[in-house]
Amino acid sequence: MAKTLFDKIWDSHVITDLGNGFVLLHIDRLLLHDLSGARALQEATEKGYAPAQPRLVYATPDHAISTAPGRTEQTFPPGEPLIRGMRASTAQHGIRLFDIGQDGNGIVHVIGPELGLTLPGTTLICGDSHTCTHGGMGALAFGVGSSELVHALATQTMVQRKPRRFRVSFEGAIPAGVTPKDMILHLIGEVGTAAGTGHAVEYAGSAIRSLPVEGRLTICNLSIEMGARTGMVAPDDATFAYLQGRDYAPKDGLWDRALAHWRTLPSDPDAEFDREHTIDMSRVAPQITWGTSPEHVIAVDRPIPDPAAGPEDKRAAWTAALQYQGLEPGKPIEGTRVDWVFIGSCTNSRLSDLRAAAAIAKGRRTASHVHAWIVPGSERVKREAEAEGLDRIFTEAGFEWREPGCSMCIASNGERVPPGQRSVSTSNRNFVGRQGPGARTHLASPAMAAAAAIRGVITDVRKL
Amino acid sequence: MEKFTKVTGVAAPLMRQNVDTDLVIRIERLVSNTGREGLGPYCFEQIRFRPDGTENPDCVFNQAPYRGAPIILSADNFGCGSSREGAVWALAGMGVKAVIAPSYGDIFFNNCFQNGVLPVKLPIEEVERLAEETRASPGNARVTVDLENCQVVSPTGRIIPFEVDARRQHALLNGLDDIAQTMTHKDAIAAWQGADRTARPWVWL
Repeated sequence: MAKTLFDKIWDSHVITDLGNGFVLLHIDRLLLHDLSGARALQEATEKGYAPAQPRLVYATPDHAISTAPGRTEQTFPPGEPLIRGMRASTAQHGIRLFDIGQDGNGIVHVIGPELGLTLPGTTLICGDSHTCTHGGMGALAFGVGSSELVHALATQTMVQRKPRRFRVSFEGAIPAGVTPKDMILHLIGEVGTAAGTGHAVEYAGSAIRSLPVEGRLTICNLSIEMGARTGMVAPDDATFAYLQGRDYAPKDGLWDRALAHWRTLPSDPDAEFDREHTIDMSRVAPQITWGTSPEHVIAVDRPIPDPAAGPEDKRAAWTAALQYQGLEPGKPIEGTRVDWVFIGSCTNSRLSDLRAAAAIAKGRRTASHVHAWIVPGSERVKREAEAEGLDRIFTEAGFEWREPGCSMCIASNGERVPPGQRSVSTSNRNFVGRQGPGARTHLASPAMAAAAAIRGVITDVRKL
Repeated sequence: MEKFTKVTGVAAPLMRQNVDTDLVIRIERLVSNTGREGLGPYCFEQIRFRPDGTENPDCVFNQAPYRGAPIILSADNFGCGSSREGAVWALAGMGVKAVIAPSYGDIFFNNCFQNGVLPVKLPIEEVERLAEETRASPGNARVTVDLENCQVVSPTGRIIPFEVDARRQHALLNGLDDIAQTMTHKDAIAAWQGADRTARPWVWL
């Protein structure tokens, strides 16, 4: 029977059928971060369970730590007990912790692929909704809540219903100025934030094939924003080249065996999907969100939508969003004054993202009224960026070069956009108050964010 | 886990699309409070309270018949966004036992079942009708959510059936612990893992 990539990984991980549509699924990798991870370990212990397979569990603090240069666990005091708790719990149970300042530390969805922990054909969970990011490596990765995380720590399994299969094909050459971030934002703008509910999405097509691994991670990252259970890209030679030699990737004879297995994973040519959607790349332009949902997104050269001209069932939501964002319908979005620019997050904080931003920043200066931050996704990304001199390009342009962490994406470490101020952010959510109470967020690609920092207003990066 | 069998009470007509879990509970409340208790006062704080900390009188949760309502009525995609289970804990802390909406964010939906909160799926037309009947008689209107019989009873006595996975229904009715149930499959798990170590040794670090 013809199977999709998702079918192959799911079906091969079913331990037993529990009836009524539920199965017991083996989980190959558990990733823990400081907000949910330490607490979950504690709770498992309180219930009388030690982690079932500690060598399959990896931890890093990322949400509640400061990203200020030279930060420690004390720099953001409310995060300190979480980090200390994480140190104690991971030590107690023999779980590898990539602690502050250590090689391997960083945003959990950046370090997984970077360290070769995320492998094609594996199942991976984390107590964070952007776990779908790891699907870019050809893994089956999804976010879970705390209770399911505790269950997985204790049993190495999850009780799940199999999602339906959704294939999104991006076809055609990628136009100038268009990045993976624009591709996924454009998709969400077309299909909405609930299109993927109950589905596992596979991203396919010539444009996806042409993307480097980091770009695929960006696309998979926003799968949750279209409501999908997960997102994935079939592994190929680009994936294998990315993986080879990484810390936890197989070596030598095991590498050859793994490779042979991974090559069997892509969807069979005649495999069926429950839903399909195709994006013609020639119609995709650099994107910018205007409202309070990732589906409130337009090409940067379009006017701000008018609720009166939009779908009737969206009228109230669009009106409320425009009011919160302080925007007028019908006006161009280009030229909207910006106060903050945040380049970082599990969406866009990898080396290729920083290179893209640096290419815009080089030889230019940020507008005097803009606070602009670059927060690299991991210690390794930071080191590699510094080796290429990207940090100097940024600081000479007036950007702040900071330490790895989630930072302003989620503002759980006190790093907020002040009330009423407007940001262009390379993160993944523009909900009301996401970056701080009253903060006004516009999501965009790293190049678009850098352009906004330079011009001080929302800018079409193609014009720079 | 908390059992859920039946709840009868006021249904607060929130009736919003795309209620995200950041709106339900702000992240900093989960940094300072990592446990499941104590989040009720912060549930929906961005709409319940004005920036100066006073109650927003326009918020349904602050309006007399709906305060402390055990049921919330809402529109599509309730609980989208972040996986924070604190959203469910905050709702429970505010007294919510059930939500009635056409659809939910997947992770939030799963999280509800871990905590004895029932997310009922009804078509938007049915939810709107429940909201209308409630608003027509706000002091007296009562809604029943009955998990044993999988039905909602409206303020005027109409019976509206709903579907829920048999496994989840059973678990909620009996307050079953997921981990204990899974542990009955310990041997099957060990056997699967043994076979996998041979088939995919590179996965076993």
